[in-house]
Amino acid sequence: MRQTCNSDGGVGSTENVQARGITLLSIFVDTPTAEPNPETKLLADFKTDTHLRKVYLAGREYLNKEGQTSVSPLIGKIMQQICTDPTLCPEYPSSFGLPEFTRRATELVLGRDCHAIVENRVLGVQTVGCTGAVRLGAELLKHWYNVSGVWCGPVYLSSPCDDSLAGIFEAAGIQDVRRYRYWDTEQRGVGVQKMMEDLEMAPEQSVIVLSASAHCPTGSDLSQKHWRLLTQLMVRCRFFPFFLLPAQGLCHGDFQQDAWPVRLCASLGMELLCAQSFSHSFGLYGERVGHLLCVLKQSSTLLAVQSQAEKQVRALWSRPSVRGARVVATVLSNPAHHVEWQEGVKSMVERGILVRERLREKLRLLGCPGSWDHLIQQGGLYCCTGLNVQQVEFLEKRRHIYLHPNGCLNPQFCLAAPPGSLQRRHTPKLAVWLCLSTHRIIRVSCLRSPLPSL
Amino acid sequence: FVPGLFNVPQATPVAVFKLSNDFKEDANPKKVNLGVGAYRTDEGQPWVLPVVKKVEKIIVADNSLNHEYLAILGLPEFRSSASKIALGEDSPAIQENRVGAVQCLGGTGALKMGAEFLRRWYNGNDNTKTPVYVSAPTWENHNAVFANAGFEDVRPYKYWDAEKRGLDLDGFLGDLESAPKHSIFVLHACAHNPTGTDPTHVEWMQVAEVMKRRKLFVFFDSAYQGFASGCLDKDAWAVRYFVTQGFEMFCAQSFSKNFGLYNERVGNLTIVARDSDNLKRVLSQMEKIVRVTWSNPPSQGARLVAITLNTPELFAEWKDNVKTMADRVLLMRASLQAKLQALETPGTWDHITQQIGMFSFTGLNPKQVEYMIKERSIYLMASGRINMCGLTTKNIDYVAESIHETVVNVQ
Repeated sequence: MRQTCNSDGGVGSTENVQARGITLLSIFVDTPTAEPNPETKLLADFKTDTHLRKVYLAGREYLNKEGQTSVSPLIGKIMQQICTDPTLCPEYPSSFGLPEFTRRATELVLGRDCHAIVENRVLGVQTVGCTGAVRLGAELLKHWYNVSGVWCGPVYLSSPCDDSLAGIFEAAGIQDVRRYRYWDTEQRGVGVQKMMEDLEMAPEQSVIVLSASAHCPTGSDLSQKHWRLLTQLMVRCRFFPFFLLPAQGLCHGDFQQDAWPVRLCASLGMELLCAQSFSHSFGLYGERVGHLLCVLKQSSTLLAVQSQAEKQVRALWSRPSVRGARVVATVLSNPAHHVEWQEGVKSMVERGILVRERLREKLRLLGCPGSWDHLIQQGGLYCCTGLNVQQVEFLEKRRHIYLHPNGCLNPQFCLAAPPGSLQRRHTPKLAVWLCLSTHRIIRVSCLRSPLPSL
Repeated sequence: FVPGLFNVPQATPVAVFKLSNDFKEDANPKKVNLGVGAYRTDEGQPWVLPVVKKVEKIIVADNSLNHEYLAILGLPEFRSSASKIALGEDSPAIQENRVGAVQCLGGTGALKMGAEFLRRWYNGNDNTKTPVYVSAPTWENHNAVFANAGFEDVRPYKYWDAEKRGLDLDGFLGDLESAPKHSIFVLHACAHNPTGTDPTHVEWMQVAEVMKRRKLFVFFDSAYQGFASGCLDKDAWAVRYFVTQGFEMFCAQSFSKNFGLYNERVGNLTIVARDSDNLKRVLSQMEKIVRVTWSNPPSQGARLVAITLNTPELFAEWKDNVKTMADRVLLMRASLQAKLQALETPGTWDHITQQIGMFSFTGLNPKQVEYMIKERSIYLMASGRINMCGLTTKNIDYVAESIHETVVNVQ
């Protein structure tokens, strides 16, 4: 076999085509094609749909008035500042991420004077988005929830929940993943009674994954009264709550209210995990700014838990990326920025509410059967219409309107999406209104006249 | 059981983090940190590459760029240009459409994705018993990444010969011969961490021959391309040779060091398969794995690297910046060796200039290392590993004298 060495050190090979053994099977020959995840598939179907007026309503982002994801001028300015700041060094961050970020992220959820913070029994770890936070939490539970051995569950997820949740726990080695009933199709809201029934049956010490606010994908949350009942149950059954808080502030326009269930559990002295994301509230999706909050019962275990968390992070991604967290930390540590940012979040919420109201009003005007109040009772990014599988399929196949198979959609995409494209940067704006005249026939009306600005 | 996170034992601290902490708390003004795993200028400062500063400004000024989620597998132009860097622009494997990639969180993330895939789909389904071989010694996180991915049998292969202060080729080849078929071997593409000792071309060819015959899986870890010799292509010789030998393989790439992007976590897992059909299936499974780990990777660092690699003037400037770093390391190696010889420090010190990359295995034993730390405030790993980047023209005399004193007084 001859090797020729090029002058720049590269290798060109001449005789070894045969050596590659064309008859040899690939070592990957038994690797099957993975089932595409439902969201990817939906998007792919949308993209290949040639219908001119197709609309995609299953997007995962908050949109501004122009129908685009964007960062506020404040964020844009801060990113510029960071770029030109000579004092920032390109060092490896700690495995826990930026300390200023984790401190602020923790305070945002729990409130600065939370007992747990004062008593030094809170650990915060910057993670790669909310997914990273859930994964890290799952790894910690797998390794350390049962000190005498590996813990494999059960962990309870709401039905429905985010597509990827079950897979995250399974990937961490927790195989026993179960569901509790959550969305009630009849009531078009949370079926609290059924939920409690299911949880009463759960083994003691189960881990329960709960959405603190703006439940994904239904947008329907428990009332405070029901949260109190639920926490009583959790304390009685010694459940471990694992909260999801992907969009604090974007549900009620109030940061305290959106984190209320977490604060309630913390105030009761419970141990808990909380996975947070700053993607939506800062528009920093691509920066992957997440946080895992860990509230312990005793401060004596904090250092140990911290050391174990570091070990887990090291084997996952070593350290998180810094850029997005730096922006968030800069905003949250500066009172003026903080206020400006909160105002921005509030107006996003107001816009979201308006869209929901318009949708409900339009449905009423068109005489749609059924009640549509649930659209405005829900909060946050998602909206569960209550359409069933057949209706969703009808919308997709016959009207080229794409929703999640479970009937959930992102109402902002109703307002802003020009048909036929995911490119939301084009004018004119078009509004697409969903309507059911009966439970079978669906009429779509497109308004080409400019909408009054929201 | 008693549930909760309140009975968690303290984990053993990560050695290199502890070393950094101890260094920070040392009040001695002459202290030197030779444990850091990052590049430092002659002023002992981290270095933002000039080309990086330039590209960052380009990115910030570009209004067409948004902050949306990247695709699950990452930024396409990053993935393909990063793979080209490893395999060569004219790689036949690339031309044959059998090279793919996954953008990951640094080199660690790339190793993690590769390990997770192999545990699920290599050598049977979910075969956690496939042995994974890592060099003795190796970067300590190799063990953790593969163990956490579920592999039950992570073992060392002979690599460093402490006596002769070089590669234990016979031991290495011997372990390759005796490894169970289909075992996974983690190979350092260049600038071996922590020894700085790489096989020669001829030695790599011998390794490849055994691996092919025994059907061992090739998993390259390439964290220092360009940093070792100053030349990207030279540093990629081993990876490219294995491709010409027809291996299917993984190569975990990191751009932390050669771009100085330590905190943006820019990595790439390059996958070479027999054909595009196999590649497609592998990538589809990688997507699933990414989705349950970090969902999609961070955009900033990948954009920066992609713009740099895909713009000729910026690419040339980057290569130049890399050479600057590599040259400084070479200079420090030469200086240290010269000074030790001048001091007539007992022992031979040729290995300092023979070794390559950021790290050097000095040969100091644990007692000597402890002396260096406690008596001279010079921080290095218990293995005797030093980071050449921690040396500067200002501290090199102090370090050389300290090594001399240590070797003379402590056995």
